[in-house]
Amino acid sequence: MTGRTIRVDTLARVEGEGELFIKMAGDRVADVKLRIYEPPRLFEAFLRGRHFSEAPDITARICGICPIAYQMSAAHAIERALGIRVDPAVRLLRRLFYSGEWIESHTLHIYMLHAPDFLGYPDAIAMARDHRAVVERALRLKKIGNHIVTLLGGREIHPISTAVGGFYKTPARSQLRELSEDLKWALDASLETVRWTCTLDFPDFEQDYEFVALRHPDEYPFNEGRLVSNRGLDIDAAEYEDHFIESHVKHSNALHSVVRGRGSYLVGPLARFSLNSDKLPEVARQAARDARLHPPVKNPFRGIEVRAVELVFACAEALRIIEAYEPPGVPRVEAPGRASVGQAITEAPRGILYHRYALSEKGLILAAKIVAPTSQNLKRIEDDLREYAAHLVAWPLDDATWKCEQAVRNYDPCISCATHFLKLNIQRS
Amino acid sequence: MRIIGCGNRDRGDDGAGILVAERLRSLGVEADIRSGEGLELLEAWRGIEDCIVVDAVSTGAPAGTIRTWEAHDLSQFPSASLSTHGFGVAEAIRLAIVLGCLPRRLRIYGIEGGRFDPGVDPTPEVSRAIEQVAGEIARVAGGTQR
Repeated sequence: MTGRTIRVDTLARVEGEGELFIKMAGDRVADVKLRIYEPPRLFEAFLRGRHFSEAPDITARICGICPIAYQMSAAHAIERALGIRVDPAVRLLRRLFYSGEWIESHTLHIYMLHAPDFLGYPDAIAMARDHRAVVERALRLKKIGNHIVTLLGGREIHPISTAVGGFYKTPARSQLRELSEDLKWALDASLETVRWTCTLDFPDFEQDYEFVALRHPDEYPFNEGRLVSNRGLDIDAAEYEDHFIESHVKHSNALHSVVRGRGSYLVGPLARFSLNSDKLPEVARQAARDARLHPPVKNPFRGIEVRAVELVFACAEALRIIEAYEPPGVPRVEAPGRASVGQAITEAPRGILYHRYALSEKGLILAAKIVAPTSQNLKRIEDDLREYAAHLVAWPLDDATWKCEQAVRNYDPCISCATHFLKLNIQRS
Repeated sequence: MRIIGCGNRDRGDDGAGILVAERLRSLGVEADIRSGEGLELLEAWRGIEDCIVVDAVSTGAPAGTIRTWEAHDLSQFPSASLSTHGFGVAEAIRLAIVLGCLPRRLRIYGIEGGRFDPGVDPTPEVSRAIEQVAGEIARVAGGTQR
């Protein structure tokens, strides 16, 4: 019997450090391990004993790509613990802030990290030699996302404006209006992005996923909603830990997460789109129809197209908010500490981000729990690879290895966030 | 002229570029502070004729060793990025060359780091190098920023 190993010692074009190991025995996949060797982060322990007001700033440090997601989940969880209701204009500003982060993060992944896989380039630099205008478009889009984040957050990385109860500082109307010309361009560029991603070739590969995402009655989800799935899950954030179990696996510094009684599940753009496409604004729905993207999207490689549709959404939403913006009457609602527990889930670019805080009567954090989207997807990535690698038995090892890396990048994994990730390794025996 | 200091001040010697930028500011010289994420750098030097980037490097030399490169030389180097985003200074230079947006002159000051652990102070060797690089750049920039 012939066999082989696909081994990627350092996965490229992912955030953080990890390694992939696939062992083939003949035409059967004997073992798949996504080994996360990025060191544990220990943020939950850092938070203990700190005042609740520090949580958004401390947790923002978990990720340089999606700090806003951490700030949003932290602020919402603590607001729920303290019974704070934010000003409606604050709520809109938070959606604008999240739009900026989605624009940055989705643009980076679509163009710089994932597209080279589909077009046969080792990286975005090689791609830029033949697709200069495409890369220039990406750079401008990302810059516009950065601009939103900088304006609302006070600086580009690890923003400092988010407070429990609102914002420490809110922008003037004129400052947001300055973004509108750029955002009109960005909306057109995002539509062009959808058309461009449609021209890519996708492997014929579908999986029967349990999609898990927030769902809000009126909106494509960012900060609020019930947590739902296509298999009947419909819960409040407070019930998350009753339905999802995290467990340690020996080969990984990141925990694996499963739905109790069912197994792996998928969070992120495919899940959000498959469960919420009816809540997209018409411009994004039309773009999805034109791209022949109909929910549920079960081919993980088409995640690049779904991200592009979400990019349209983020640009349209940002424009909508800017055009209607009135500064909040109460930028920040303050509340005294009290013995309480609060949980919240928000939609980070890569999927749902869960936070729970237990507070003392003085407002100090007694316990914190953070479950990042990538750690929720890790088991699902391994499950995809177990199926997908079996399709690649007859492929030359180098090509099979590349396709497996691409299958991992479908998830835009943020290993830094998940550790608490990537090398690739296919072994044929 | 634009001066850009890159790095992460919470990772020991990785903060060297930022500390140089801060030192320059204290000397009255304008300097940008960036994380070193490549796409951000491309935008930071777009349209600039003359640019200096200061960053920590890890080449195996003793901590505090100062090296300078012209960007056109660096493009010949393999990527040696420590960025978790996989797209750091070296990639930014290579992409800028492809896109034709590299400043006419781009100098890199690399300060060899000794330790990059979370939360530690820079090593004394790197602290001395920061002072020296800031002094050199202040002299170079002295006439051009006014």
